[in-house]
Amino acid sequence: MMSLIISLGVVLVLAILYMIFRIGNLVGLVKGKKDDSATSWNDINAYLMMIFMIAGLGAFFWYSFAHFDSYELPVASEHGVITDNLFWITMWVTVIAFVIIFVVMVWFTFAYRYKEGRKAEFFADHHKLEIIWTVVPAIVLALLIFSGLKAWNDITAPASKDAVVIELIGQQFLWTARYPGVKDKQLGRHNYKMIDASNEFGLDLEDINSSDDFKSLSLHLPKGKEIQLKIRAKDVLHSVFLPHFRLKMDAVPGMQTTFKFIATKSTADMREETGNPNFNYEMACTEVCGRGHFSMKFPVFVHDTVEDYEKWMASQEAWLKQNPDYLQRVPVELREAAMIKAGIPADSKEAIAASPVTVTLN
Amino acid sequence: MATVDLRTLTEAHSHTEHEHEEHHHGNFWTNYVFSEDHKVIAKQFLITGMAWALIGGVLSVLFRLQLGFPESNLSWLKPLLGGWLTPEGKIDPEFYLALVTMHGTIMVFFVLTAGLSGTFSNFLIPLQIGARDMASGFMNMLSYWFFFLSSVVMFTSLFISTGPASGGWVIYPPLSALPQAMQGSGLGMTLWLVAMALFIVSSLLGGINYITTVINLRTKGMSFTKLPLTIWAFFFTAIIGVLSFPVLFAAALLLIFDRSFGTSFYLSDIYIGGEALPNQGGSPILFQHLFWFLGHPEVYIVLLPALGITSEIIATNSRKPIFGYKAMVGSMLFIAILSFVVWAHHMFVTGMNPFLGSIFTLLTLIIAVPSAVKIFNYVTTLWKGNILFTPGMLFSIGLVSFFLTGGITGIFLGNSAIDIQLHDTYFVVAHFHLVMGSASFFGMVAGVYHWFPKMFGRMLDERLGYLHFWLTIVGVYLVFFPMHYIGIAGFPRRYYSWTNFETFSGFADLNMLVSIAAIITLFAQFIFLFNFIYSIFRGKAASANPWNSNTLEWTTPRSPGHGNWPGELPTVYRWPYDYSKPGAKEDFIPQHIPYSETPESNLPHENELVKLEMNNGSAIVVEDKKH
Repeated sequence: MMSLIISLGVVLVLAILYMIFRIGNLVGLVKGKKDDSATSWNDINAYLMMIFMIAGLGAFFWYSFAHFDSYELPVASEHGVITDNLFWITMWVTVIAFVIIFVVMVWFTFAYRYKEGRKAEFFADHHKLEIIWTVVPAIVLALLIFSGLKAWNDITAPASKDAVVIELIGQQFLWTARYPGVKDKQLGRHNYKMIDASNEFGLDLEDINSSDDFKSLSLHLPKGKEIQLKIRAKDVLHSVFLPHFRLKMDAVPGMQTTFKFIATKSTADMREETGNPNFNYEMACTEVCGRGHFSMKFPVFVHDTVEDYEKWMASQEAWLKQNPDYLQRVPVELREAAMIKAGIPADSKEAIAASPVTVTLN
Repeated sequence: MATVDLRTLTEAHSHTEHEHEEHHHGNFWTNYVFSEDHKVIAKQFLITGMAWALIGGVLSVLFRLQLGFPESNLSWLKPLLGGWLTPEGKIDPEFYLALVTMHGTIMVFFVLTAGLSGTFSNFLIPLQIGARDMASGFMNMLSYWFFFLSSVVMFTSLFISTGPASGGWVIYPPLSALPQAMQGSGLGMTLWLVAMALFIVSSLLGGINYITTVINLRTKGMSFTKLPLTIWAFFFTAIIGVLSFPVLFAAALLLIFDRSFGTSFYLSDIYIGGEALPNQGGSPILFQHLFWFLGHPEVYIVLLPALGITSEIIATNSRKPIFGYKAMVGSMLFIAILSFVVWAHHMFVTGMNPFLGSIFTLLTLIIAVPSAVKIFNYVTTLWKGNILFTPGMLFSIGLVSFFLTGGITGIFLGNSAIDIQLHDTYFVVAHFHLVMGSASFFGMVAGVYHWFPKMFGRMLDERLGYLHFWLTIVGVYLVFFPMHYIGIAGFPRRYYSWTNFETFSGFADLNMLVSIAAIITLFAQFIFLFNFIYSIFRGKAASANPWNSNTLEWTTPRSPGHGNWPGELPTVYRWPYDYSKPGAKEDFIPQHIPYSETPESNLPHENELVKLEMNNGSAIVVEDKKH
């Protein structure tokens, strides 16, 4: 009933608007002073254009300066400082060009609005002018491009040998991180066909390097040391986005991608800088991956020193230790080494179960 | 060259006289439904495009409700959305993605490709080059009906129980290839692919026709250098489309194979739904390359016709020749060529080889130069004009402002180092909605206001046009300008909600503003819709040449029949931009007026052409070669 009344009301309002429009039209027709009103409308539009420009530019500059802090994310990586610089240089160059062109355009529409009896200037081309405004943007753009390319080449250059390596794995709809163990500092091989409910990494246990790898449900990073992220996805595309580190790289199933960077501010530094004692870095997904795309949050913690980071590393339990059943999958000849690397005590139940009978007989 | 031209001209004559006779015998079906008249087909494209624009707009308002008012209860939308609302009255997160996907697909392909090119290439090419109809009226008709069929399939997909395609309009696999990844990748995706295949057929049939018509059916004297910029724009657009759409077709075909026949073009090493899939060796990046090989030229397929329309309208209403005609054609040509070699700037951080990233940065920023030239030329055309703010002119100025505002943010995004942070954030959303979405939409609307008198023989109401313009331009800027800030702050796109993240917890105020502006902008379009329908039947009768324009379409009768000109085809003697020529009586001299009739305004070299005009048409063709 209510919706019927509402729809009737809407119809009524529309009908009234239509009648007003119709009557206005007919009155205008009877009065017949069309030409006069046409020029006055022309002036009204010209003035509106000016007002629009002034109000628009005013709002733009006011908001950009007054709310700078609300949209400028603090930067916490070495390359981020460079790309932010590039961003703001480009911003100044383009905003100056934008304002000049915009103001000139609107000023022309205003200054040269229709006046009876005036004749427009027959001005069809001017080669010098055209060459100038082709060459000037080309030079400015070339400068921007080359500074951009230099930064890009540095950012995408191969990581150094002693960089901290961390693997990030995206799946619907969560992230996991795999760290190489402190013993070998090498990530073990993986194979997607070995993934099961416990072995989420698809860890290939035939590779001895995998025995001390450990899983983390948050991303721990050292401050001031080069980090290389190795990124992959299990199911569909995802994308690693660390907004404060100005870092983004897609996670692609079947293909490893990488990104190297140096964090310059620890979580504690950042808490101090922002004055927010609860500040935490976050990692998000920026490649649409399905229903839970918007909820793929991964907590990030940056340690104050490399020593802190290594201490944290040492305190983590190897994945194999958490899942000792998988010792069965380790080739016989490697089991002992794997147990030592994973830190599994030789007298534990699983260790005994996994130890080959032949070995104990000997 | 000369002989070829003459032959086609005589052929055109005999062919069209036959058709001209024919149209009197048509019935309702052949005249209005399965018509081969390019003007009727143009109107069919326009009206279908408008219907799609409305659907696309409503979809965008639906997801803006979620983003602007995340706490509100949308139960009142139950009659429309049914099961897609959660029990708490929220839009289902998966349906949110479907809305975003369909909004993109509809706007890019169905509105701004078919609705824009389909309408104005069809309507204006024969009328402005002085042809009776398209080279193949039948193919032209097929082009519309394939589009219609494609529309039906796409529209149907909105109503199926698993929902329409929802992996984003770029449909990146594996998400779009695996039904177990999301509901929309099931039947919805199949229908999407079928609809797009039909759409590509339609687009190719149309494009081949436009190219052929422009090359072969120009009237006597209409050399390429005398073509209005609209025709140049449609010509380049059609060429881009014919070269790039087949690649999308190939990409879609391989995706169909991966989805249905177990191939692994795009799939490798996938573990989903508790099982490891057998596919190995494929690459999701391959799809992205193929997709953007169309996807980027597509931006110019959408944009160039709008720029062409704007060139024409701005020159006419400034009462001035377009500034730098040759530079305008040259920059369009340059843009058309470059549009094929910049595609991978959409893929800087997809894991593509970084060296490719450097190459594509370089090429991408080169394309900014011809774009800048176009803007400067528009602005200079306004200088010392005698500007009439018709609604078409207002929308054209609006287009230039969007092209500028959205274009400069392209300089950020095309620079791979800066793009790392901005990629897939709201900065990108703001950029392409302004430079491609809103600019092309304004071009389309400007075209409707400008050519409505020729389409329907009546004028659109100007005051409603002004209201429509001001509400829309303010609305559009309020929708997309704030998104730059949101994007700089890092907010990712295609997010149902940001409140999971502390980093993205701000800007509830700006998001609400954007949503309110979007609603107002949508409602403003209803003013236009009313004006459109009302004026078809009750608008003021239009004169034959209401804007005092130079191009040939205004030499036809008020409502031209099939064949366009009742008598002989007009002959063209001059370029289309002789506005406010010094010495001339009027401030415009249409293209079909010979120089011999305007001795008072002829430039020195034009006086020499007077002698040639005395001879027959072949002399004119020979003369053209000198240009």
